[in-house]
Amino acid sequence: MKLTLPRGLLALSIAALALSARADELQVAVAANFAPAAQKIAAQFEHDTGHVVKVSVGATGKFYAQIEAGAPFDVLLAADQATPARLVGEGKAVPATLHTYAIGKLVLWSADPALVDARGEVLKSDKWKHLSVADAKLAPYGQAARETLAALKLTDAVQARVVTGENIAQTLQFAQTGNAELAFVALGQVQPPDGSRVPGSMWLVPDNLYAPIRQDAVVIAATRSAKAATEFVDYLASDKARMVIKAYGYSW
Amino acid sequence: MDAEWAADLQAVLLTLKLAGVVTLLLLVLGTPLAWWLAHTRSRWKAPLSALVALPLVLPPTVLGFYLLMLMGPRGLVGQATQALGIGLLPFTFAGLVVASMLYSMPFVVQPIQTAFEAIGARPLEAAATLRAGPWERFVHVALPLARRGVLTAAVLGFAHTVGEFGVVLMIGGNIPGATRVISTQLYSHVEALEYPAAHRLAAMLLAFSFAVLLWVYRLRTRGSLLATGPATP
Repeated sequence: MKLTLPRGLLALSIAALALSARADELQVAVAANFAPAAQKIAAQFEHDTGHVVKVSVGATGKFYAQIEAGAPFDVLLAADQATPARLVGEGKAVPATLHTYAIGKLVLWSADPALVDARGEVLKSDKWKHLSVADAKLAPYGQAARETLAALKLTDAVQARVVTGENIAQTLQFAQTGNAELAFVALGQVQPPDGSRVPGSMWLVPDNLYAPIRQDAVVIAATRSAKAATEFVDYLASDKARMVIKAYGYSW
Repeated sequence: MDAEWAADLQAVLLTLKLAGVVTLLLLVLGTPLAWWLAHTRSRWKAPLSALVALPLVLPPTVLGFYLLMLMGPRGLVGQATQALGIGLLPFTFAGLVVASMLYSMPFVVQPIQTAFEAIGARPLEAAATLRAGPWERFVHVALPLARRGVLTAAVLGFAHTVGEFGVVLMIGGNIPGATRVISTQLYSHVEALEYPAAHRLAAMLLAFSFAVLLWVYRLRTRGSLLATGPATP
């Protein structure tokens, strides 16, 4: 009888240890354009696995610099392929976990429901004063927008009316506040997954006008939860996650 | 001279122009305001002082976001500027000037106000007994006595505008020659992982800021300027 209590405590603490070993906490760095989808997938993942996912939203380039400096991220969901590849090349990310989790779609969007036509002809008109584009050096969607303008041979014609957003969220902000009549943004930003549409008008830019915006995920080499982190990256390719990814306007 | 350096130089020149214009306008508008704040017993003194100091507390991106909404086509200011035929202010140099004036206001108004307060009533009363009118008392007595405060205000206002970032980022749109200033250019370099270019601009900004502050503190030890205001004869 004397031993019962300590034994009970021992059993309890072993159970607690086992639980804590199973339920890892993951720090996931997510590119701004994918943030809403990532939150949803993270919630599902938590529900399905018992792990805890903390999502940090930011610019991919910023995350790169932070990971270089030893930031405690376990997973990076980048907005591009170059950054994860660079981390892999430097031995800072796990090569086997590298894969494309989403392919983004570019749209020309306006807060004005009547401005953008179904073929993007508005770009050639004088019906607008400012076109908001993400910085091509910093944001893959900015790069895609530049490629689209070049493919349409409009680069020079619109250059004087382009305003640059530091990231894709700010690029949309310029258009949402009405300061820029037009903006090249991600489909996922203006098409909420519940099927409703943000009021406004848009043109889904044809795929052949820009190189695919492939967004890669990778596990960071310094992670202390390699197993859970790999599980999360794999989970992105599950049917459940892909339904969310699709709902937010991405393919894979 | 490569293209990147040319772009940096353009940003540097634009920044100096912006800071110069903002400082001049703030001195012209801020000095009467500081005078009023230093002497009024109005119940509006506290709210107005708080309003002037607000940019010290508010995150610049928040200030910038509200300005973007206010100065946009659906905002009050935007509708007013459009009605006046000025057009919209975001993405223009004029827009940056307006935003920077709000943002740098406390750095100009507060040192001048402190200087005016430190003069006290006696020199002005003495001038009044010599039949100096209010305008003469202000121009010939108060301003010369407060000159170090005014100088500090000019230097701080200028330096603070040079270092301004969040507000410009929010309402500028990063247009070369119009709204692309040192701080946003520096930020782009860092974000694009162009560290050598970033270091070059950062070093310039750092050296400039240090030189300005060094100058201010030298003045201060010679003439005790932020603390007491009037120059020692």
